[in-house]
Amino acid sequence: MSLRIVVTVKYVPDATGDRHFADDLTVDRDDVDGLLSELDEYAVEQALQISENSDDDVEITVLTVGPEDAKDALRKALSMGADKAIHVEDDDLHGTDALGTSLVLAKAIEKAGYDLVISGMASTDGTMGVVPALLAERLGVPQVTLLSEVSVEDGTVKGRRDGDAASEQLEASLPAVVSVTDQSGEARYPSFKGIMAAKKKPVESWDLSDLDIEAEEVGLEGAYTVVDVAAERPARTAGTIVKDEGEGGKQLAEFLASQKFI
Amino acid sequence: MAEVLVYVDHVDGAVRKPTLELLTLARRVGEPVAVALGNGAADTAAILAEHGAVKVLTHEAAEYADYLVVPKVDALQAAVEAVSPAAVLVPSSAEGKEIAARLALRIGSGIITDAVDLEAGDEGPVATQSVFAASFTTKSRVSKGTPVITVKPNSAAVEAAPAAGAVEALAVTFSAQATGTKVTARTPRESTGRPELTEAAIVVSGGRGVNGAENFAIIEALADSLGAAVGASRAAVDAGWYPHTNQVGQTGKSVSPQLYIASGISGAIQHRAGMQTSKTIVAINKDAEAPIFELVDYGVVGDLFDVVPALTEEIKARKG
Ligand SMILES: Cc1cc2nc3c(=O)[nH]c(=O)nc-3n(C[C@H](O)[C@H](O)[C@H](O)COP(=O)(O)OP(=O)(O)OC[C@H]3O[C@@H](n4cnc5c(N)ncnc54)[C@H](O)[C@@H]3O)c2cc1C
Ligand SMILES: Nc1ncnc2c1ncn2[C@@H]1O[C@H](COP(=O)(O)O)[C@@H](O)[C@H]1O
Repeated sequence: MSLRIVVTVKYVPDATGDRHFADDLTVDRDDVDGLLSELDEYAVEQALQISENSDDDVEITVLTVGPEDAKDALRKALSMGADKAIHVEDDDLHGTDALGTSLVLAKAIEKAGYDLVISGMASTDGTMGVVPALLAERLGVPQVTLLSEVSVEDGTVKGRRDGDAASEQLEASLPAVVSVTDQSGEARYPSFKGIMAAKKKPVESWDLSDLDIEAEEVGLEGAYTVVDVAAERPARTAGTIVKDEGEGGKQLAEFLASQKFI
Repeated sequence: MAEVLVYVDHVDGAVRKPTLELLTLARRVGEPVAVALGNGAADTAAILAEHGAVKVLTHEAAEYADYLVVPKVDALQAAVEAVSPAAVLVPSSAEGKEIAARLALRIGSGIITDAVDLEAGDEGPVATQSVFAASFTTKSRVSKGTPVITVKPNSAAVEAAPAAGAVEALAVTFSAQATGTKVTARTPRESTGRPELTEAAIVVSGGRGVNGAENFAIIEALADSLGAAVGASRAAVDAGWYPHTNQVGQTGKSVSPQLYIASGISGAIQHRAGMQTSKTIVAINKDAEAPIFELVDYGVVGDLFDVVPALTEEIKARKG
C-alpha cells in the first residue's frame, strides 16, 4: 500500500517584523522578511510522524501558493524531511483571498494526487483558519480539522479535537483533509544532512494554466471581499507606570477603583 | 426590511453570550432571523426573542452532535435558501469560522472572519477587523453574493429588544458529505465556575513569571476577587501549569474584555495578538523593560508574588 500526503504550507511575513499593507491594501509581501508559517511546521511534523509510524510506502509532497520567495518555505519543509515540493506561482495570483487560495490549492492537490492533505491550523498572517475546511468542501472529502493528536491506520484517520465546549475524538476514512494545531507536538529542526539532502529534492513549478484556472477567478479581481480602509492603530496613550515599593498592590487597586472595576 | 440570518451558538438550549451580541449587530443591517440546530434548539427561542429575533428557525437531529461541521453547513444553507437574507452572521469560534467558510463557498459568496464591529453601508454591511496582532484596523465588505461574516465575542453590547421570536421548523436534507467525519467520543469541558474566557468582562492572566502550577492559585484568587476569567501565556501552558483552553494569544483564545491584567507575561507579539483589543490593560512585571508595558494603561514594576496578593487583599477589603 502507498499513502500520498500533501502538506499545504504558506510563506508569510515574519510576525516579529514590521508587517504592513501595500498601496493596494494587500498584505505587503515584498518589503518584509518572510518564512515558512510556524503553524505549518506542525503540519509537516505530523506528516513525517505518520510516515515514520507507517508500514506503507509514504510519499510527502509539500505545496505552496505564493510569490517567488515562497520557495524558501518549501526548502525548509524539504529539509525537515518531506520528499518533494510543488510551487504554484503566477503574477495573476496577487491579492487572492481565502476562497481563491483554496481553489488553487484544491486544483493543485488533485493534480498531484493524494490520500491525505495536512494543513496548519491557521496562517500566521491572515489567521482565518478556514482554508482546510474550504479544501474539504472543494475536494468533497471529510474534514478532520484542528487536531491536537492525529494517527492514520488502515485507511482511516483518527484524531482529537479540543473544542470550546468539549474535547472530541474524530474518525474518517481516507481521502481526507486534516489540520493540526500547535498542541500536536513540537516540530523538528532540520538536520545538516536534511538541509543538504533538500537541495537535491525536486521542486515543481506550476502556474494557473497548468491548473486550468482563469486569471479572473483569482487575484484582486476574483476576490469576493474588498478592503476599503487599512489604518495603523493609533499607539495607545502612554499609561502610568509605578515601581512597587511596598504599595504597588494598593496603588493598582486605587487605579482599578478609579476606573470603576472595583 | 431585509432579513439577516444569525447562527445560534448554544449548548443544549443555553444560548452563549456572543450570539446575543450578534443580534445587536444584526439589527443594524436588518431583521434578525435566528437559526438554532441540534438538541434543545427550540429552547433558545425565548431569550433570542428578548434580544430581537423576529423568527427562530429550528431543526433537531442526531447528526449535529454525531458528525463534524458539515450537517450544520447543510442546515445553514437550507436557511439561506428559505430566507434569502441580506447577510449571514456567525459567532467567530473555530467551528463557527469553518461553518461560515463552507457555507460561503457553497452559496458563491465572500466571507469575512473575526469582525470586531459591523455597520450598515451603501454597498452592504461594513466589517471592522483588527489585524497583524491588532496593529492595524481594516474596514472591508463582501463584494459578491450574500455577505457571510463571523464576529468575535465582546464586539457589541447585549441589548434587550423584544421581538416576536416565532419558532418555525427548518426543513433540512443532509448532503452526502454530512456523515463523513464521525465524532466517536465527546468529553465535555469541566466547568470551573468562572466566566468563559472569551466572554468575560475581566481577564486575569499569568505567564512564565508565575513559575509553577501551584502558584496559579494566586492568579485565580485575584480573578475570583474580581469575578474574572483566568488566562495564561503559551509559556505557562507549555510548561504544563495551566490548561491550553485558557491560553490567550494567536494560537489560543482571542479576548477583548473591559479589563485585562497580565502578571509575569512579557508581551510577545503572539500574546498581544490575543489581547491587544482589550479596553483597559494592566500589567505586573518585575522587568521595567518588558514590552507589555508599551500597551498598559497602568503598570506596576515589581514582583508578582508581592503585588498580586496585596492587590487581591485590597480588592477584597474595598468590596467589604
Ligand atoms: C506560532 C507561534 C504561536 C504562538 N502563540 C502564542 C499564544 O497563543 N499565546 C502566547 O502567550 N504566546 C504564544 N507564542 C509564544 C510567544 O512568542 C512567547 O514565547 C510567550 O508569549 C511568552 O510567554 P510569557 O510572556 O509568559 O514568558 P516570557 O516571555 O518568558 O516572559 C515572562 C515574564 O515574566 C516576568 N517575570 C518573571 N518572574 C516574575 C515575577 N516574580 N514577578 C513579576 N514578573 C516576573 C519576566 O520579567 C518576563 O517579562 C507563540 C509563538 C509562536 C512562534
Ligand atoms: N497560500 C497558501 N499556500 C499553501 N498553503 C496555504 C496557503 N494559504 C493557506 N494555506 C494552508 O491553510 C492553512 C490555514 O490557512 P488560513 O485559512 O489562511 O488561516 C495554513 O496553515 C496552510 O496549511
